[in-house]
Amino acid sequence: MTKYVFKRLGLMLVTFIIITMITFLLIRVLPREMPTDKVQRAAIEERWEALGYNEPLMTQFFIYVKNIVTKWDFGTSWYVSYRTPAAKVLGDRLLPTVLINFYSMIVSVPIGILFGIYAAIRKNKWDDSLISTLVMVFISVPSYVYAFLVQYFLYFKLGWLPLTMYSLADAGGSYFTGKMFVSMIPAIIALSFGSIAGYTRFVRAELTEALTSEYMLLARAKGLTRAQATARHALKNAFVPILPSILSEFVGLLGGSMIIEQIFAVPGVGQLYIKSLNLLDYDVFMMDCVFYTFIGLLAGIVMDLSYGFIDPRIRMGEK
Amino acid sequence: MPDKNMKAIPPEKFTFVNINERLTDTKFDDKPIGYMKDAWIRFRKNKASVVAAVIILLICLFSITAPLFTDHANNFMDVVYAKKGPRITALYGLGIDGGVTGNYSEVGLIKAMAIGAGAENWDGHDVTMAEAMESEYQPIIKLGDTFTQIDATKKEKTYYSARTDAYLNVGFQYKSIKQSELANIQAYEEKTGLHILYPLIEDNEYNMDSTDANNWYKTKKNTPVVTTSGKAVKMAYSEDLVLEDNYKRDSEGNLVYYEYTGGGTFETAQLKVRVLYYNYYQYVNGSEPNYIFGTDSQGYDLMLRLAGGLRLSLLLAVSVSIINFIIGAVYGAIEGFYGGTVDLIMERITDILGNVPFIIVATLFQMHLSAQLGAIPCLIFAYVLNGWIGIAYRVRTQFYRFKKQEFVLAAKTLGAKDRRLIWKHVFPNSLGTIVTSTALIIPGVIFNESMLSYLGIVKLGSSSVTSLGTLLSDASAIWTNYPHLMILPAVFISLLEISFNLFGNGLRDAFNPSLRNVED
Repeated sequence: MTKYVFKRLGLMLVTFIIITMITFLLIRVLPREMPTDKVQRAAIEERWEALGYNEPLMTQFFIYVKNIVTKWDFGTSWYVSYRTPAAKVLGDRLLPTVLINFYSMIVSVPIGILFGIYAAIRKNKWDDSLISTLVMVFISVPSYVYAFLVQYFLYFKLGWLPLTMYSLADAGGSYFTGKMFVSMIPAIIALSFGSIAGYTRFVRAELTEALTSEYMLLARAKGLTRAQATARHALKNAFVPILPSILSEFVGLLGGSMIIEQIFAVPGVGQLYIKSLNLLDYDVFMMDCVFYTFIGLLAGIVMDLSYGFIDPRIRMGEK
Repeated sequence: MPDKNMKAIPPEKFTFVNINERLTDTKFDDKPIGYMKDAWIRFRKNKASVVAAVIILLICLFSITAPLFTDHANNFMDVVYAKKGPRITALYGLGIDGGVTGNYSEVGLIKAMAIGAGAENWDGHDVTMAEAMESEYQPIIKLGDTFTQIDATKKEKTYYSARTDAYLNVGFQYKSIKQSELANIQAYEEKTGLHILYPLIEDNEYNMDSTDANNWYKTKKNTPVVTTSGKAVKMAYSEDLVLEDNYKRDSEGNLVYYEYTGGGTFETAQLKVRVLYYNYYQYVNGSEPNYIFGTDSQGYDLMLRLAGGLRLSLLLAVSVSIINFIIGAVYGAIEGFYGGTVDLIMERITDILGNVPFIIVATLFQMHLSAQLGAIPCLIFAYVLNGWIGIAYRVRTQFYRFKKQEFVLAAKTLGAKDRRLIWKHVFPNSLGTIVTSTALIIPGVIFNESMLSYLGIVKLGSSSVTSLGTLLSDASAIWTNYPHLMILPAVFISLLEISFNLFGNGLRDAFNPSLRNVED
């Protein structure tokens, strides 16, 4: 087990470094616009010279890695937030993203699981078909459509909720105030539709499979009622694949949803990506790319490894 | 009891069966049911998937044939009629009238009605409000309830709810034209009897906004006034209200229809005219404004834009899935068939490629190559870079399952080459899985394309090409006032997504009945 974990982590690190390197090289060779003003131009050229932009590309990459390892320095933002370390720019935007996705998860995981269990128990009855049809629809409809619907009904028609998220200053200087929470609700709702449907589908599929297996037959034959057998045997087994994916979603929620953040003006990681791209703030952009790559890899590894922890019968790394 | 002594049966008791018949294999009464046919039968039984397939076909058909339903060219654009709702002259009575329902203050109502009155009042005669309402250029389609409300200044104000034709509500516009065009317009007026040119408006204290060509009557501080007795009187809306015109007249009292504004010679001289835009549109385009889905935020025919966006999405999705199918099949086949070291190395490559976030790939491709290759090829590259990995993985699994089976070994013993083994014997067995996962690539591609163009990472908006995402993003700031701009693309994209998912699921159930209800 330990050996497998280390092997996976090592592989992840190699993949991570390769992807980072390719991204870094591709970003560094991008043409950079120079201001026409002579003084500014000279200043920027001098800055680049000092930062080693005129070295060979691979040397630049080693400088980049060296700065990260020794000083945790991912470069500096010049446009998104003037002369702020890129890592700090990203770090400041992590909280709103995490909060919104976390709230959305708190809502959607229980609801999704409940619907899934209900649909699996009532398999092939009318309520199962209804849930399955709705799930199909809700999974397929793109998340921004929900965003527009939420904005239209809850803001324009009913006026219950604000159109976009409040800025920090408007909501009392903290992301944890009640006012801020209310302004986050539209984004949370828009995010939740799709993930509720996703969880419902997943739970239903796993549980139906568990319900038709032979140990259920045995449990019933022993004299357990259907409810007992379902709760004690089927659910436990069904959750073996479900829990790891919830765990990996937890990691993945750091990444957030770019389009939802854009629509609801959430000052998060996804919005930063678009912003740094539009402003050509390459260090921040690179930081965001590194972050997304890392989150993706981490989510995958958490999912794989948690199988082994959740269900001891699954031996990791065996052929 | 039968005769027990079987040996003593005389030979003549034996007769040949079928002695006069030629024995051949009889033909099957039914046609044989192959793998594909079997899948087709199962697919047909799945009603939802069939409906989804029909919807997909209809959308494809719409995206191709949409230009037939409109007389606008693909890049036709009319800035004045931008963001307007659906309007078809033939179906005007059915509510497809470009109408917007809203509440009007008294001043606003009179202003809207004045367009109708002004359209009738081309020569400075008096038109009552009742007559104005009869005018075919009257933007107010239906006048609803009257109600009073306290406004921001705590004064009680009267409001009218009314449905107005957004196209007619444009009313009059100032245009700068050449002498020759003026002659053309006058000839057109003569021929059709439509009024296009209207008298210019006097620049005086009654003309509140000299750029607004709808200000033809005497107003002051947003209050309609009549000056019959020489002094301003506040007017209220009533059926026989008459608005006094504020037309420009020359020294002899004749109405002025055009004014020289600049330019040297006869050819280049620019004339300022005031046109009734609805009729001017007919003069330019030869027909009344007919937009089945309305116009988009820039003034293109929304139906053509939508059809274009759908065409782009579908083409992109289909080409991406075909390319991914080919790459994935070849890669997975080689991986699965040869196994061992080859497999290990190739797996590592897919490991790395598969972990590159799609959004980063798409962005970098756009930044590097879109200037040379165009946005769409870059988008295809981005999809293809790691889109085939899922298919390759499935093909590889299927190959591991089938490559050691007896029929393959038999073929190998008979001397079949690797290529033949792969493509003739093993690959067809994995076709079902691959077709299914190829079909399920499509909704993802469509969604990602709309997302990327919505976020502005891929810039696809031009006069000839647009995408659903671009339409949505153009609408995103203004859609609350013009809901059709958002609703129509959103409905189409949702329909496409749902249909393709249902269709893909139907395919999967048809090809692998054992996988029914198992989601992956």
